[in-house]
Amino acid sequence: MVDAPLTLALPSPEATGRLAERLGVRLHPGDTLLFEGPIGAGKTHFCRHLIRALLEHDEDIPSPTFTLVQSYDSPAGEIWHADLYRLGDVSELVELGLDEAFETAICLVEWPDRLGVMTPLSALTISLAPDAMLEDTRRITFTWSDPKWAARLEFLQDD
Amino acid sequence: MTDTLTMLGLESSCDDTAAAVVRRSASGAEVLASVVIGQTGLHDAFGGVVPEIAARAHAEKLDVAVRQALDDAGLTLNDMDAIAVTSGPGLIGGVLSGVMCAKGLSAATGLPLVGVNHLAGHALTPRLTDAIAYPYLMLLVSGGHCQFLIVRGPQDFTRLGGTIDDAPGEAFDKVARLLGLPQPGGPSIEREAMGANPKRFPLPRPLIDRDDCNLSFSGLKTAVLRTRDALVAEFGGLTRADRADICASFQAAVCDVLADRMRRALARYLAENPVTPCVAVAGGVAANMAIRARLEAVAADLGAQFVAPPLKLCTDNAAMIAYAGIELFEDGVRHDLTLSARPRWPLDTSQAALVGSGKKGAKA
Repeated sequence: MVDAPLTLALPSPEATGRLAERLGVRLHPGDTLLFEGPIGAGKTHFCRHLIRALLEHDEDIPSPTFTLVQSYDSPAGEIWHADLYRLGDVSELVELGLDEAFETAICLVEWPDRLGVMTPLSALTISLAPDAMLEDTRRITFTWSDPKWAARLEFLQDD
Repeated sequence: MTDTLTMLGLESSCDDTAAAVVRRSASGAEVLASVVIGQTGLHDAFGGVVPEIAARAHAEKLDVAVRQALDDAGLTLNDMDAIAVTSGPGLIGGVLSGVMCAKGLSAATGLPLVGVNHLAGHALTPRLTDAIAYPYLMLLVSGGHCQFLIVRGPQDFTRLGGTIDDAPGEAFDKVARLLGLPQPGGPSIEREAMGANPKRFPLPRPLIDRDDCNLSFSGLKTAVLRTRDALVAEFGGLTRADRADICASFQAAVCDVLADRMRRALARYLAENPVTPCVAVAGGVAANMAIRARLEAVAADLGAQFVAPPLKLCTDNAAMIAYAGIELFEDGVRHDLTLSARPRWPLDTSQAALVGSGKKGAKA
Protein backbone atom coordinates (compact mmCIF):
# COMPACT_ATOMS: atom_id res chain seq x y z
CA MET A 1 0.00 0.00 0.00
CA VAL A 2 1.12 3.52 -0.70
CA ASP A 3 0.41 6.56 1.45
CA ALA A 4 -0.79 9.99 0.42
CA PRO A 5 0.62 12.32 -0.63
CA LEU A 6 2.92 10.67 -3.13
CA THR A 7 5.33 12.72 -5.26
CA LEU A 8 7.35 11.61 -8.28
CA ALA A 9 9.60 13.39 -10.74
CA LEU A 10 8.83 12.81 -14.42
CA PRO A 11 11.82 13.69 -16.62
CA SER A 12 10.00 14.14 -19.95
CA PRO A 13 6.59 14.55 -21.62
CA GLU A 14 6.95 10.92 -22.73
CA ALA A 15 7.41 9.77 -19.14
CA THR A 16 4.35 11.77 -18.13
CA GLY A 17 2.40 10.17 -20.98
CA ARG A 18 3.43 6.65 -19.99
CA LEU A 19 2.42 7.21 -16.38
CA ALA A 20 -0.95 8.56 -17.54
CA GLU A 21 -1.52 5.43 -19.66
CA ARG A 22 -0.65 3.11 -16.79
CA LEU A 23 -3.02 4.94 -14.47
CA GLY A 24 -5.75 5.09 -17.12
CA VAL A 25 -6.12 1.35 -17.53
CA ARG A 26 -6.71 1.06 -13.78
CA LEU A 27 -9.74 3.39 -13.74
CA HIS A 28 -13.43 2.50 -13.53
CA PRO A 29 -16.69 4.46 -13.83
CA GLY A 30 -17.17 6.45 -10.63
CA ASP A 31 -13.48 7.39 -10.47
CA THR A 32 -12.74 11.11 -10.63
CA LEU A 33 -9.31 12.66 -11.15
CA LEU A 34 -8.78 16.34 -10.37
CA PHE A 35 -5.87 18.04 -12.15
CA GLU A 36 -4.14 21.00 -10.54
CA GLY A 37 -1.27 23.04 -11.92
CA PRO A 38 -0.59 26.22 -13.90
CA ILE A 39 -1.02 26.64 -17.68
CA GLY A 40 1.64 24.60 -19.46
CA ALA A 41 2.12 22.17 -16.57
CA GLY A 42 0.86 19.34 -18.77
CA LYS A 43 -2.65 18.71 -17.45
CA THR A 44 -4.22 18.23 -20.87
CA HIS A 45 -1.18 16.27 -22.05
CA PHE A 46 -1.68 13.86 -19.15
CA CYS A 47 -5.44 13.56 -19.82
CA ARG A 48 -4.93 13.00 -23.55
CA HIS A 49 -2.58 10.06 -22.93
CA LEU A 50 -4.86 8.62 -20.27
CA ILE A 51 -7.91 8.80 -22.53
CA ARG A 52 -6.03 7.36 -25.49
CA ALA A 53 -5.00 4.38 -23.35
CA LEU A 54 -8.68 3.65 -22.68
CA LEU A 55 -10.10 4.16 -26.18
CA GLU A 56 -10.63 1.18 -28.42
CA HIS A 57 -9.73 3.20 -31.51
CA ASP A 58 -7.55 6.24 -31.95
CA GLU A 59 -9.55 9.44 -32.24
CA ASP A 60 -8.98 13.15 -31.75
CA ILE A 61 -8.83 14.29 -28.16
CA PRO A 62 -9.30 18.04 -28.44
CA SER A 63 -8.74 20.32 -25.48
CA PRO A 64 -12.04 20.93 -23.65
CA THR A 65 -11.19 24.57 -22.92
CA PHE A 66 -13.85 25.94 -25.30
CA THR A 67 -16.46 23.22 -25.00
CA LEU A 68 -15.98 22.73 -21.22
CA VAL A 69 -16.63 19.01 -21.59
CA GLN A 70 -15.63 16.37 -24.13
CA SER A 71 -16.96 12.87 -23.62
CA TYR A 72 -15.73 9.56 -25.00
CA ASP A 73 -17.01 6.00 -25.08
CA SER A 74 -14.48 3.38 -24.05
CA PRO A 75 -14.70 -0.31 -23.22
CA ALA A 76 -14.02 0.68 -19.60
CA GLY A 77 -17.00 3.03 -19.62
CA GLU A 78 -17.80 6.59 -20.53
CA ILE A 79 -15.00 9.14 -20.04
CA TRP A 80 -15.67 12.82 -19.31
CA HIS A 81 -12.84 15.29 -19.85
CA ALA A 82 -13.76 18.68 -18.39
CA ASP A 83 -11.97 22.02 -18.25
CA LEU A 84 -13.77 24.24 -15.77
CA TYR A 85 -11.62 27.34 -16.34
CA ARG A 86 -14.49 29.15 -18.07
CA LEU A 87 -17.15 28.01 -15.62
CA GLY A 88 -19.07 30.98 -14.23
CA ASP A 89 -21.00 29.49 -11.36
CA VAL A 90 -21.06 26.20 -9.48
CA SER A 91 -24.76 25.70 -10.32
CA GLU A 92 -23.70 25.30 -13.94
CA LEU A 93 -22.07 21.99 -13.05
CA VAL A 94 -25.54 20.53 -12.74
CA GLU A 95 -26.49 21.98 -16.15
CA LEU A 96 -23.45 20.26 -17.60
CA GLY A 97 -24.47 17.00 -15.94
CA LEU A 98 -21.11 16.71 -14.25
CA ASP A 99 -22.59 15.75 -10.86
CA GLU A 100 -24.26 12.76 -12.49
CA ALA A 101 -21.13 11.91 -14.47
CA PHE A 102 -19.15 11.67 -11.21
CA GLU A 103 -21.31 8.61 -10.41
CA THR A 104 -21.47 7.00 -13.81
CA ALA A 105 -18.32 7.90 -15.74
CA ILE A 106 -14.54 8.18 -15.46
CA CYS A 107 -14.11 11.93 -14.94
CA LEU A 108 -10.97 13.96 -15.58
CA VAL A 109 -11.37 17.53 -14.36
CA GLU A 110 -8.99 20.39 -15.08
CA TRP A 111 -9.24 23.58 -12.96
CA PRO A 112 -11.19 21.66 -10.23
CA ASP A 113 -11.08 24.60 -7.78
CA ARG A 114 -14.28 25.71 -9.57
CA LEU A 115 -16.05 22.62 -8.17
CA GLY A 116 -16.29 24.06 -4.64
CA VAL A 117 -18.70 22.04 -2.50
CA MET A 118 -19.35 19.69 -5.39
CA THR A 119 -15.84 18.24 -5.26
CA PRO A 120 -16.27 14.46 -4.94
CA LEU A 121 -14.73 13.26 -1.68
CA SER A 122 -13.53 10.07 -3.35
CA ALA A 123 -11.52 11.93 -6.00
CA LEU A 124 -7.81 11.54 -6.64
CA THR A 125 -6.04 14.88 -6.91
CA ILE A 126 -3.08 15.07 -9.29
CA SER A 127 -0.92 18.17 -9.07
CA LEU A 128 1.54 18.89 -11.85
CA ALA A 129 4.32 21.41 -11.30
CA PRO A 130 7.10 22.44 -13.67
CA ASP A 131 10.63 22.01 -12.30
CA ALA A 132 12.48 25.26 -11.72
CA MET A 133 15.75 23.91 -13.15
CA LEU A 134 14.94 21.17 -15.66
CA GLU A 135 12.56 22.42 -18.31
CA ASP A 136 11.05 19.08 -19.40
CA THR A 137 10.68 17.76 -15.87
CA ARG A 138 7.38 17.77 -14.00
CA ARG A 139 6.83 17.01 -10.36
CA ILE A 140 3.62 15.06 -9.97
CA THR A 141 1.87 14.72 -6.63
CA PHE A 142 -1.03 12.38 -5.92
CA THR A 143 -3.33 13.22 -2.99
CA TRP A 144 -6.40 11.28 -1.85
CA SER A 145 -8.49 10.41 1.18
CA ASP A 146 -10.49 7.49 -0.25
CA PRO A 147 -8.55 4.30 0.59
CA LYS A 148 -9.33 2.78 -2.83
CA TRP A 149 -6.51 4.84 -4.34
CA ALA A 150 -3.81 3.33 -2.11
CA ALA A 151 -4.29 -0.03 -3.79
CA ARG A 152 -4.91 1.47 -7.22
CA LEU A 153 -1.65 3.41 -7.14
CA GLU A 154 0.58 0.58 -6.03
CA PHE A 155 1.93 0.29 -9.55
CA LEU A 156 3.78 3.53 -8.98
CA GLN A 157 6.16 1.65 -6.70
CA ASP A 158 6.99 -0.97 -9.34
CA ASP A 159 9.71 1.17 -10.86
CA MET B 1 -38.55 23.06 -55.99
CA THR B 2 -39.47 26.69 -55.48
CA ASP B 3 -37.37 29.39 -57.11
CA THR B 4 -36.95 31.22 -53.86
CA LEU B 5 -36.28 29.63 -50.48
CA THR B 6 -36.58 31.54 -47.24
CA MET B 7 -35.16 29.87 -44.15
CA LEU B 8 -35.34 30.70 -40.48
CA GLY B 9 -32.18 29.56 -38.69
CA LEU B 10 -31.60 28.95 -34.98
CA GLU B 11 -28.24 28.49 -33.26
CA SER B 12 -27.55 27.93 -29.57
CA SER B 13 -24.87 25.26 -29.44
CA CYS B 14 -22.24 27.19 -27.48
CA ASP B 15 -21.83 30.64 -26.03
CA ASP B 16 -24.29 32.67 -28.06
CA THR B 17 -27.99 32.49 -28.85
CA ALA B 18 -28.85 33.45 -32.41
CA ALA B 19 -31.60 33.54 -35.02
CA ALA B 20 -31.47 34.61 -38.67
CA VAL B 21 -33.45 34.74 -41.88
CA VAL B 22 -31.68 33.88 -45.14
CA ARG B 23 -33.26 33.87 -48.59
CA ARG B 24 -31.89 32.21 -51.67
CA SER B 25 -33.20 33.22 -55.07
CA ALA B 26 -31.92 32.99 -58.62
CA SER B 27 -29.67 35.97 -57.94
CA GLY B 28 -27.98 34.35 -54.95
CA ALA B 29 -28.21 34.06 -51.19
CA GLU B 30 -28.98 37.03 -49.00
CA VAL B 31 -28.94 37.44 -45.23
CA LEU B 32 -32.21 39.27 -44.51
CA ALA B 33 -31.63 39.38 -40.77
CA SER B 34 -29.08 38.01 -38.34
CA VAL B 35 -29.47 38.45 -34.60
CA VAL B 36 -26.86 37.27 -32.11
CA ILE B 37 -27.64 37.70 -28.43
CA GLY B 38 -24.16 37.17 -27.24
CA GLN B 39 -21.65 37.34 -24.52
CA THR B 40 -20.41 40.83 -25.33
CA GLY B 41 -19.68 42.51 -22.07
CA LEU B 42 -19.18 39.19 -20.40
CA HIS B 43 -15.53 38.94 -21.44
CA ASP B 44 -13.83 39.47 -18.16
CA ALA B 45 -10.50 41.09 -18.83
CA PHE B 46 -8.22 38.16 -18.06
CA GLY B 47 -10.49 35.16 -17.85
CA GLY B 48 -11.92 34.90 -21.35
CA VAL B 49 -15.46 34.32 -22.47
CA VAL B 50 -18.01 33.26 -19.90
CA PRO B 51 -19.96 30.47 -21.60
CA GLU B 52 -23.72 30.21 -21.53
CA ILE B 53 -24.30 26.79 -20.11
CA ALA B 54 -27.82 27.17 -18.80
CA ALA B 55 -30.36 25.68 -21.18
CA ARG B 56 -33.04 27.95 -19.76
CA ALA B 57 -31.06 31.10 -20.55
CA HIS B 58 -30.71 29.98 -24.17
CA ALA B 59 -34.40 29.08 -24.28
CA GLU B 60 -35.42 32.52 -23.02
CA LYS B 61 -33.16 34.33 -25.48
CA LEU B 62 -34.21 32.18 -28.45
CA ASP B 63 -37.76 33.54 -28.40
CA VAL B 64 -36.45 37.10 -28.39
CA ALA B 65 -33.89 36.34 -31.11
CA VAL B 66 -36.48 34.72 -33.43
CA ARG B 67 -38.93 37.57 -33.03
CA GLN B 68 -36.24 40.17 -33.65
CA ALA B 69 -34.86 38.34 -36.69
CA LEU B 70 -38.34 38.14 -38.24
CA ASP B 71 -38.98 41.83 -37.43
CA ASP B 72 -35.61 42.87 -38.87
CA ALA B 73 -36.40 40.96 -42.05
CA GLY B 74 -39.88 42.47 -42.17
CA LEU B 75 -41.34 38.97 -42.45
CA THR B 76 -43.46 36.56 -40.43
CA LEU B 77 -43.28 32.82 -39.88
CA ASN B 78 -45.80 32.48 -42.74
CA ASP B 79 -43.13 33.74 -45.13
CA MET B 80 -40.68 30.98 -44.18
CA ASP B 81 -40.29 27.78 -46.22
CA ALA B 82 -38.63 25.84 -43.43
CA ILE B 83 -36.82 26.09 -40.09
CA ALA B 84 -33.16 25.15 -39.73
CA VAL B 85 -31.64 24.51 -36.34
CA THR B 86 -28.23 23.49 -35.02
CA SER B 87 -28.76 19.98 -33.69
CA GLY B 88 -25.11 19.38 -32.73
CA PRO B 89 -22.28 19.25 -31.86
CA GLY B 90 -22.08 21.41 -28.75
CA LEU B 91 -23.07 21.73 -25.14
CA ILE B 92 -26.14 19.58 -24.76
CA GLY B 93 -28.28 22.11 -22.86
CA GLY B 94 -27.86 24.78 -25.50
CA VAL B 95 -28.37 22.43 -28.44
CA LEU B 96 -31.49 20.98 -26.82
CA SER B 97 -33.00 24.44 -26.26
CA GLY B 98 -32.55 25.29 -29.94
CA VAL B 99 -33.95 21.97 -31.12
CA MET B 100 -36.96 22.23 -28.79
CA CYS B 101 -37.68 25.79 -29.88
CA ALA B 102 -37.47 24.79 -33.56
CA LYS B 103 -39.73 21.81 -32.97
CA GLY B 104 -42.27 24.05 -31.26
CA LEU B 105 -42.25 26.46 -34.19
CA SER B 106 -42.46 23.60 -36.65
CA ALA B 107 -45.38 21.96 -34.83
CA ALA B 108 -47.23 25.27 -34.61
CA THR B 109 -46.71 26.32 -38.23
CA GLY B 110 -46.41 23.03 -40.07
CA LEU B 111 -43.09 24.20 -41.52
CA PRO B 112 -40.51 21.49 -42.28
CA LEU B 113 -37.61 21.13 -39.90
CA VAL B 114 -33.94 20.78 -40.97
CA GLY B 115 -31.30 19.77 -38.41
CA VAL B 116 -27.91 21.28 -39.20
CA ASN B 117 -24.44 20.33 -38.02
CA HIS B 118 -22.91 23.45 -36.45
CA LEU B 119 -19.57 22.75 -38.15
CA ALA B 120 -21.30 22.34 -41.53
CA GLY B 121 -22.71 25.82 -40.97
CA HIS B 122 -19.17 27.19 -40.64
CA ALA B 123 -17.90 25.07 -43.53
CA LEU B 124 -20.60 26.29 -45.93
CA THR B 125 -20.31 29.98 -45.00
CA PRO B 126 -17.92 30.76 -47.93
CA ARG B 127 -20.72 29.72 -50.29
CA LEU B 128 -23.12 32.11 -48.56
CA THR B 129 -20.67 35.03 -48.68
CA ASP B 130 -18.71 34.38 -51.88
CA ALA B 131 -20.77 31.82 -53.81
CA ILE B 132 -17.69 29.65 -54.39
CA ALA B 133 -18.08 26.32 -56.17
CA TYR B 134 -17.62 22.80 -54.80
CA PRO B 135 -15.17 21.28 -54.13
CA TYR B 136 -13.14 23.74 -52.09
CA LEU B 137 -10.54 23.44 -49.37
CA MET B 138 -11.53 24.79 -45.99
CA LEU B 139 -9.42 25.71 -43.00
CA LEU B 140 -12.13 25.69 -40.35
CA VAL B 141 -11.17 27.34 -37.09
CA SER B 142 -14.03 27.63 -34.64
CA GLY B 143 -13.99 27.39 -30.88
CA GLY B 144 -11.85 24.41 -30.03
CA HIS B 145 -11.89 23.17 -33.62
CA CYS B 146 -9.17 23.51 -36.20
CA GLN B 147 -9.33 21.27 -39.24
CA PHE B 148 -8.64 21.08 -42.95
CA LEU B 149 -11.65 19.84 -44.93
CA ILE B 150 -12.37 19.29 -48.58
CA VAL B 151 -15.97 20.43 -48.91
CA ARG B 152 -17.69 18.58 -51.77
CA GLY B 153 -21.34 19.23 -50.90
CA PRO B 154 -23.58 20.18 -47.99
CA GLN B 155 -23.26 16.65 -46.63
CA ASP B 156 -19.97 15.62 -48.14
CA PHE B 157 -16.80 16.52 -46.26
CA THR B 158 -13.37 14.92 -46.29
CA ARG B 159 -11.21 15.72 -43.31
CA LEU B 160 -7.53 15.96 -44.25
CA GLY B 161 -6.23 16.68 -40.77
CA GLY B 162 -6.64 18.86 -37.74
CA THR B 163 -5.11 19.87 -34.46
CA ILE B 164 -3.98 17.05 -32.24
CA ASP B 165 -4.15 19.27 -29.16
CA ASP B 166 -5.02 22.97 -28.78
CA ALA B 167 -6.69 25.03 -31.49
CA PRO B 168 -4.85 28.20 -32.54
CA GLY B 169 -7.40 30.52 -30.91
CA GLU B 170 -6.89 28.67 -27.68
CA ALA B 171 -3.10 28.98 -27.98
CA PHE B 172 -3.49 32.75 -28.48
CA ASP B 173 -5.81 32.99 -25.45
CA LYS B 174 -3.51 30.99 -23.23
CA VAL B 175 -0.34 32.79 -24.31
CA ALA B 176 -2.13 36.08 -23.58
CA ARG B 177 -2.96 34.73 -20.12
CA LEU B 178 0.67 33.77 -19.57
CA LEU B 179 1.82 37.26 -20.52
CA GLY B 180 -0.86 39.17 -18.60
CA LEU B 181 -2.55 40.44 -21.78
CA PRO B 182 -6.33 40.86 -22.05
CA GLN B 183 -8.71 38.31 -23.56
CA PRO B 184 -9.47 37.45 -26.25
CA GLY B 185 -5.81 36.72 -26.90
CA GLY B 186 -5.80 36.99 -30.71
CA PRO B 187 -6.18 40.77 -31.02
CA SER B 188 -4.03 41.53 -27.93
CA ILE B 189 -1.12 39.48 -29.18
CA GLU B 190 -1.37 40.85 -32.70
CA ARG B 191 -1.30 44.39 -31.31
CA GLU B 192 1.73 43.66 -29.11
CA ALA B 193 3.57 41.89 -31.92
CA MET B 194 3.30 44.84 -34.26
CA GLY B 195 6.77 46.26 -34.88
CA ALA B 196 8.40 43.79 -32.47
CA ASN B 197 11.17 41.31 -33.25
CA PRO B 198 9.76 37.91 -34.34
CA LYS B 199 13.23 36.33 -34.46
CA ARG B 200 14.41 37.12 -30.94
CA PHE B 201 13.07 33.98 -29.27
CA PRO B 202 13.47 30.64 -31.05
CA LEU B 203 10.14 28.85 -30.55
CA PRO B 204 9.31 25.40 -31.94
CA ARG B 205 7.28 24.73 -35.10
CA PRO B 206 5.42 21.58 -33.94
CA LEU B 207 4.74 18.82 -36.50
CA ILE B 208 6.16 20.90 -39.36
CA ASP B 209 7.63 18.71 -42.13
CA ARG B 210 5.46 15.77 -41.13
CA ASP B 211 3.77 14.28 -44.15
CA ASP B 212 0.18 14.87 -43.03
CA CYS B 213 -2.14 17.81 -42.41
CA ASN B 214 -2.20 17.70 -38.62
CA LEU B 215 -1.39 20.65 -36.40
CA SER B 216 -0.19 21.05 -32.84
CA PHE B 217 -0.01 24.19 -30.70
CA SER B 218 0.21 22.94 -27.13
CA GLY B 219 4.02 22.65 -27.11
CA LEU B 220 4.29 26.18 -28.46
CA LYS B 221 2.33 27.48 -25.47
CA THR B 222 4.66 25.61 -23.10
CA ALA B 223 7.70 27.03 -24.93
CA VAL B 224 6.34 30.55 -24.41
CA LEU B 225 5.94 29.78 -20.71
CA ARG B 226 9.57 28.67 -20.49
CA THR B 227 10.77 31.74 -22.35
CA ARG B 228 8.83 33.95 -19.96
CA ASP B 229 10.11 32.13 -16.87
CA ALA B 230 13.71 32.22 -18.10
CA LEU B 231 13.49 36.00 -18.52
CA VAL B 232 11.88 36.40 -15.11
CA ALA B 233 14.57 34.20 -13.52
CA GLU B 234 17.39 36.13 -15.16
CA PHE B 235 16.14 39.71 -15.00
CA GLY B 236 13.43 39.61 -12.37
CA GLY B 237 10.64 40.40 -14.83
CA LEU B 238 9.65 41.18 -18.39
CA THR B 239 10.15 44.53 -20.08
CA ARG B 240 7.50 45.77 -22.50
CA ALA B 241 9.92 45.04 -25.32
CA ASP B 242 10.44 41.47 -24.04
CA ARG B 243 6.72 40.88 -23.99
CA ALA B 244 6.25 42.34 -27.47
CA ASP B 245 9.10 40.21 -28.84
CA ILE B 246 7.62 37.05 -27.27
CA CYS B 247 4.29 37.89 -28.91
CA ALA B 248 5.96 38.48 -32.28
CA SER B 249 7.99 35.26 -31.99
CA PHE B 250 4.88 33.29 -31.02
CA GLN B 251 2.80 34.75 -33.84
CA ALA B 252 5.60 33.98 -36.32
CA ALA B 253 5.66 30.36 -35.15
CA VAL B 254 1.86 30.04 -35.56
CA CYS B 255 2.15 31.60 -39.05
CA ASP B 256 4.87 29.14 -40.04
CA VAL B 257 2.90 26.14 -38.78
CA LEU B 258 -0.36 27.18 -40.44
CA ALA B 259 1.35 28.09 -43.71
CA ASP B 260 3.23 24.80 -43.86
CA ARG B 261 0.14 22.73 -43.09
CA MET B 262 -1.98 24.76 -45.50
CA ARG B 263 0.57 24.13 -48.27
CA ARG B 264 0.32 20.40 -47.64
CA ALA B 265 -3.49 20.40 -47.50
CA LEU B 266 -3.68 22.47 -50.68
CA ALA B 267 -1.37 20.06 -52.49
CA ARG B 268 -3.69 17.16 -51.58
CA TYR B 269 -6.75 19.10 -52.68
CA LEU B 270 -5.16 20.28 -55.92
CA ALA B 271 -4.18 16.68 -56.74
CA GLU B 272 -7.92 16.14 -57.34
CA ASN B 273 -7.81 18.73 -60.15
CA PRO B 274 -10.70 20.97 -59.03
CA VAL B 275 -12.01 23.15 -61.88
CA THR B 276 -11.91 26.37 -59.87
CA PRO B 277 -9.35 25.84 -57.10
CA CYS B 278 -10.32 27.77 -54.00
CA VAL B 279 -9.33 27.77 -50.36
CA ALA B 280 -11.50 29.34 -47.68
CA VAL B 281 -10.40 30.27 -44.19
CA ALA B 282 -13.09 30.77 -41.58
CA GLY B 283 -12.67 31.79 -38.00
CA GLY B 284 -10.79 34.28 -35.91
CA VAL B 285 -7.52 33.12 -37.40
CA ALA B 286 -8.33 34.97 -40.64
CA ALA B 287 -8.77 38.17 -38.63
CA ASN B 288 -5.08 38.13 -37.73
CA MET B 289 -3.43 40.11 -40.52
CA ALA B 290 -0.04 38.41 -40.23
CA ILE B 291 -1.58 34.93 -40.46
CA ARG B 292 -3.96 35.96 -43.20
CA ALA B 293 -1.15 37.42 -45.33
CA ARG B 294 0.85 34.20 -45.03
CA LEU B 295 -2.10 31.98 -45.94
CA GLU B 296 -3.00 34.24 -48.87
CA ALA B 297 0.59 33.96 -50.10
CA VAL B 298 0.47 30.15 -49.94
CA ALA B 299 -2.82 30.10 -51.90
CA ALA B 300 -1.46 32.52 -54.52
CA ASP B 301 1.74 30.49 -54.82
CA LEU B 302 -0.20 27.31 -55.57
CA GLY B 303 -2.71 29.03 -57.85
CA ALA B 304 -5.83 28.84 -55.68
CA GLN B 305 -8.35 31.60 -55.02
CA PHE B 306 -8.36 32.74 -51.38
CA VAL B 307 -11.62 33.54 -49.58
CA ALA B 308 -12.09 34.67 -45.98
CA PRO B 309 -15.71 35.45 -45.02
CA PRO B 310 -16.21 38.52 -42.81
CA LEU B 311 -15.53 37.84 -39.15
CA LYS B 312 -19.13 38.39 -38.03
CA LEU B 313 -20.14 35.42 -40.17
CA CYS B 314 -17.21 33.33 -38.88
CA THR B 315 -18.10 33.55 -35.22
CA ASP B 316 -21.18 31.66 -34.10
CA ASN B 317 -24.28 32.98 -35.85
CA ALA B 318 -27.57 31.66 -37.19
CA ALA B 319 -27.24 32.97 -40.76
CA MET B 320 -24.80 30.15 -41.50
CA ILE B 321 -27.28 27.65 -40.04
CA ALA B 322 -30.14 29.05 -42.14
CA TYR B 323 -27.92 28.96 -45.24
CA ALA B 324 -26.73 25.41 -44.59
CA GLY B 325 -30.40 24.57 -43.99
CA ILE B 326 -31.24 25.89 -47.47
CA GLU B 327 -28.62 23.69 -49.12
CA LEU B 328 -29.71 20.65 -47.10
CA PHE B 329 -33.37 21.36 -47.88
CA GLU B 330 -32.55 21.47 -51.58
CA ASP B 331 -30.72 18.17 -51.07
CA GLY B 332 -34.01 16.73 -49.81
CA VAL B 333 -33.18 16.73 -46.11
CA ARG B 334 -36.27 16.95 -43.89
CA HIS B 335 -36.49 16.21 -40.19
CA ASP B 336 -39.53 15.80 -37.99
CA LEU B 337 -40.27 16.04 -34.30
CA THR B 338 -38.00 13.06 -33.65
CA LEU B 339 -34.93 15.23 -34.46
CA SER B 340 -32.49 14.72 -31.59
CA ALA B 341 -29.69 16.85 -30.20
CA ARG B 342 -26.24 15.36 -30.76
CA PRO B 343 -23.47 16.60 -28.46
CA ARG B 344 -20.90 14.85 -30.70
CA TRP B 345 -21.23 14.87 -34.47
CA PRO B 346 -18.19 14.62 -36.73
CA LEU B 347 -18.52 16.20 -40.17
CA ASP B 348 -16.60 13.48 -41.92
CA THR B 349 -18.48 10.33 -40.95
CA SER B 350 -16.46 8.15 -43.32
CA GLN B 351 -13.40 8.96 -41.25
CA ALA B 352 -15.19 8.11 -38.04
CA ALA B 353 -16.08 4.78 -39.65
CA LEU B 354 -12.45 4.39 -40.70
CA VAL B 355 -11.26 4.54 -37.12
CA GLY B 356 -14.06 2.07 -36.37
CA SER B 357 -16.05 4.22 -34.00
CA GLY B 358 -19.56 3.10 -34.86
CA LYS B 359 -21.01 4.52 -31.67
CA LYS B 360 -19.72 8.04 -31.34
CA GLY B 361 -17.12 9.52 -33.61
CA ALA B 362 -14.61 12.24 -32.92
CA LYS B 363 -16.29 15.52 -32.23
CA ALA B 364 -14.02 17.42 -34.57
